[in-house]
Amino acid sequence: MAWINFLKPKNQLEEGGRTGMPVQEDAGEPEKKCPNCHKSVPISRLWAGDLVCSCGYHFRMRARQRIRMLADKGSFQELYGEVTAGNPLDFPGYEEKLETVRAASGEKEAVVCGVAKIQGQSLCLFVMDSHFMMGSMGSAVGEKIASLFEYAVRRRLPVVGYTVSGGARMQEGLLSLMQMAKISAAVKRHSDAGLLYVAVLTDPTTGGVTASFAMEADIILAEPGALVGFAGKRVVEQTTKKSLPKEFQKAEFVLEHGFIDAIAARPGQKKLLAEILGMHNGGDTDEWNAI
Amino acid sequence: MSGTPYDRVKLARSSERPTGLDYIQNIFRDFIELHGDRRYGDDPAVVGGIARLGGLPVTVVAIEKGHTAKERAARNFGAPHPEGYRKALRLMKQAEKFGRPVICFVDTSGACCDVEAEERGQGQAIAENLLELSTLCVPVISILVGEGGSGGALALAVADRVWMLQNAVYSVISPEGCASILWKDSSMAAAAAESLKLTAEDAKRLGVIEGIISESSLGKKEFYDRIRTLLAKELKRLSGDPELVGRRYDRFRYIGVKAIKEKS
Repeated sequence: MAWINFLKPKNQLEEGGRTGMPVQEDAGEPEKKCPNCHKSVPISRLWAGDLVCSCGYHFRMRARQRIRMLADKGSFQELYGEVTAGNPLDFPGYEEKLETVRAASGEKEAVVCGVAKIQGQSLCLFVMDSHFMMGSMGSAVGEKIASLFEYAVRRRLPVVGYTVSGGARMQEGLLSLMQMAKISAAVKRHSDAGLLYVAVLTDPTTGGVTASFAMEADIILAEPGALVGFAGKRVVEQTTKKSLPKEFQKAEFVLEHGFIDAIAARPGQKKLLAEILGMHNGGDTDEWNAI
Repeated sequence: MSGTPYDRVKLARSSERPTGLDYIQNIFRDFIELHGDRRYGDDPAVVGGIARLGGLPVTVVAIEKGHTAKERAARNFGAPHPEGYRKALRLMKQAEKFGRPVICFVDTSGACCDVEAEERGQGQAIAENLLELSTLCVPVISILVGEGGSGGALALAVADRVWMLQNAVYSVISPEGCASILWKDSSMAAAAAESLKLTAEDAKRLGVIEGIISESSLGKKEFYDRIRTLLAKELKRLSGDPELVGRRYDRFRYIGVKAIKEKS
């Protein structure tokens, strides 16, 4: 079951998950079984292809792995890296849970924020990490993302945001719910300032994140096959007492229903984002004048 | 105010409690109901329109659960579909155009979670309300009168003032849902209700709401009169504030900041 281990954060941390290096095993080339085509793929080949199987299946990717994939080399500067959650409700077991997750994931919170360049163009970037409590949104995540949008307004920068989330973090109760309103208000200020926000929804983007900043971007992209929805599939099944088709709430389903702009496979994402950013950076006057 | 938090949850859910329409009919006069989201349909779980508070024209939006079994089914038990949130937003934008304050009565176990809701963009509908309400240029007051179920309630509660009735609850997830996710046991709901800090007093302590409206020892008329007076007083205070939208931004911006260990 090498592929299961591969997905586990603990394993990744111990075996270089923070550096994004492939997991090395003693005997032979390690392989990972694709849950879609069921073929075993050598991990080195997966890494060479941004963790995409030859069948097109997109494996989950850590926040810092994505940043390495997207940002021009050496351009990423992290912001608000020290902002972390407390336990405002004294919720039983929350502090212990945070401790464990921090140690296992190597992250302090479920989102990494900063400034970066993509093909030379400056932007603010936030990337959520599913290995940190399933990307759940608490006060610290809300504070980091809202602060990033405010920073982007001051510097007049576009924002690109990668979402992955199980929703609001219930251990912070109402305070986590309020983050939806807080981030939305910051997104609105950024938008009213005439600035661009591109969201890239990755597997899975659900709950309070879908019902706030994931759906508030000027341009919304999603990775192929990513689960995108408000209610979890299990909840929908319980509500309707029906089993749901396999394609329900997949990126392709959401595209068909008109809620995202396009599906963007990982290998072309950087180029696509660079082109989108470029289109919002003014025209090419030389070319225009030459017509 | 007594009882465990889970007792409060049960009280908040009781079909004996006044529903959205009861509040509208008893607090305002000349209510004219306005239907439809102009995009897909008319959601019976959300009632909205124009009415007078004292003499002042206002826009009123309420989630309606219904009283009888038949009414409750017809109102989808107060669980709005996307078109309900879009109708609410349409009426709020209309209020902004005509300079009317907006008053919302919130009572929902949550936004509807069926296939159609997903197909029609439940998440997008709620997100758009959060986005647009954050800069609506007229005063907004929201009163949670029963259940304040997560994003489905928040979509009508990005307001300048948020109040709760004494026995209303406001939570990010139902205690049953929380118990079944965290402890794989929905019978732990009472413990979850305790931990989630979902009572009106908790919400006040956390800075999520401004006020609690007492329900005790009041006749029906006095109860509604009290709410009418509170609304009128507060609207007088809010109207004409040039910093209204900025203050609303700050109201939400700094909730939960104390919950963070290191501020940015």
